[in-house]
Amino acid sequence: MAQKTDTVLQNCHQFNQHLIEINQVTVDIFIDHWGIFWRKIVFTKHKSIFIAIIIMSLLPVFPCVAQETGEPVSAQDAMFTINNTWMLVATFLVFIMHLGFATLETGLTRAKNTVNILFKNTLIVAIGLLTYTLIGFNLMYPGDAWVLGKVLGLAGLGIHTDAAGITSAYNMGYTYWTDFLFQAMFAATAATIVSGAVAERIRLDAFLIFSAIYVSLIYPLVGSWGWGGGWLAGIRFHDFAGSTFVHSVGGWAALAGVIVLGPRLGKYVNGHIKPIMGHNMPLAAIGVFLLWLGWFGFNGGSVLSADPGAVSYVFVTTTLAAAAGILTAMITSWFVQKKPDLSMVLNGCLAGLVGITAGADVVSVGSAILIGGIAGAVVVIAVLTIDKLHLDDPVGALSVHLVCGVWGTLAVGIFSKEFGIWSQLAGIGSAALICFPAAFLIFSLLKRTLGIRVDEEEELRGLDIGEHSMEAYNGFQIFTTQ
Amino acid sequence: MKLIIAYIQPEKLTSVKQALYAREVYKVSVTNALGCGQQKGYHETYRGADIEVTLLKKVRLEIAVNDDYVEHTIEGIIEGAKTGRIGDGKIFVMPLDDCIRIRTGEQGNDAIG
Repeated sequence: MAQKTDTVLQNCHQFNQHLIEINQVTVDIFIDHWGIFWRKIVFTKHKSIFIAIIIMSLLPVFPCVAQETGEPVSAQDAMFTINNTWMLVATFLVFIMHLGFATLETGLTRAKNTVNILFKNTLIVAIGLLTYTLIGFNLMYPGDAWVLGKVLGLAGLGIHTDAAGITSAYNMGYTYWTDFLFQAMFAATAATIVSGAVAERIRLDAFLIFSAIYVSLIYPLVGSWGWGGGWLAGIRFHDFAGSTFVHSVGGWAALAGVIVLGPRLGKYVNGHIKPIMGHNMPLAAIGVFLLWLGWFGFNGGSVLSADPGAVSYVFVTTTLAAAAGILTAMITSWFVQKKPDLSMVLNGCLAGLVGITAGADVVSVGSAILIGGIAGAVVVIAVLTIDKLHLDDPVGALSVHLVCGVWGTLAVGIFSKEFGIWSQLAGIGSAALICFPAAFLIFSLLKRTLGIRVDEEEELRGLDIGEHSMEAYNGFQIFTTQ
Repeated sequence: MKLIIAYIQPEKLTSVKQALYAREVYKVSVTNALGCGQQKGYHETYRGADIEVTLLKKVRLEIAVNDDYVEHTIEGIIEGAKTGRIGDGKIFVMPLDDCIRIRTGEQGNDAIG
């Protein structure tokens, strides 16, 4: 291993030397022929090429892993850098999921509410990240600073670290800052699940207040029980990348919101379910594929290192579960609805992904396909059932994140040999017991004080005009007949 | 034969259609329209600039009917579209010279059907 890094270093140094020579030559030519260059830049149409050459000659030299003295790098440091790099890639992959959520929700709701949807999605990223900076990270990972048994702990406020925090002394897989940002992206993802379920009729200010409270306090609290080393970790509860801690935490809040808020106008008329169709299926499809792309980071990064075996295996289980989810969602929707429904298939893809999220590292490939497949069928039935219960969920967030989040967590107990059903049930149940009442309470308080629903005229005209005084599709004719 | 043109609120379209169906008027043409009357507009802003939007979204119905159906149709439209608020809309009744069905070439009252 040491020999390999030495050769890498030698090649690195040689490359540096070549670059320095090239730079030297370019600068020499530049100085000698300044006059010619100047005339060429100003008077030819190829000035961009010459400007580019000049800029390139000013580029910094190719950075090496080594220090300037040329000391060999230890294998451990090299490994640490590789791990950290992968974790940073995973961080921005999870970040892409916000784009996925934004486009998916836009596609599945009406054009007159698009600005409002995009606004909520943009703000949630900001609120999630900033509250996580202030309190969420320390609440979720108290370290040794547990206050109440292994249920509640807080490691101070704000993010800061010592010199060891950016070395492998903090963790072999990532620096303190990487740790913080990767987890912050997860927090924002949990918050954005609610925005889809309450779309098209919730007041913006009420929603932002709810999100700020929920994502800063409830999400990290529940997460601390497992990932933060709390009591759920103690009883061998396994949630690899967040079927419970992210998806069902978001799902329970979404359920509370849907119940307290009520359905959209015109959705349930005289006991009948009226369809309110999404206005842009291409955007919805783009959203799902972006979410799938982000999931490579979501699950792949939850390995918490760049361990080739673990990460590549998790990539495979994740992807195959998504594929299975798509297939079974198609079959189920074809049977039940007589025609294969695109929005169901898109939900099926996400259902498979949510389902495998709890156990991507510990189940076999066959089990992963089965878990994803069952999730795909379950999500179609769930969408239809939730609608029959007159719970209005415009994007299927409850079916995908809540129902399949619970299924995915349970599936770990069923399909893996190391983890049992009872500890999984304990995790599911405890999350439900905290998340749903807390969200219900926050929404109810907001309903009583601020009001959480827009008035009828605004809902009919569209929240874009009502909340934002602007249109998403200015210049287009959009029918607002629903 | 008369051509009935009605401007209604967009969200009333479904209830107007249902009211017309109940009166056995099945044939309607629907288009998007912008219009203003007594209803006040609303305010839009874009990056610091204000716009007063007075042309509001409406839906325009065109129904060709035989003379004996005119009263039914008007009743149906009013039943479906009336809310009592300013902006409910207007109905215009115009004389129709002729009506031809493209597929069969029928003319007059038969073509209106």
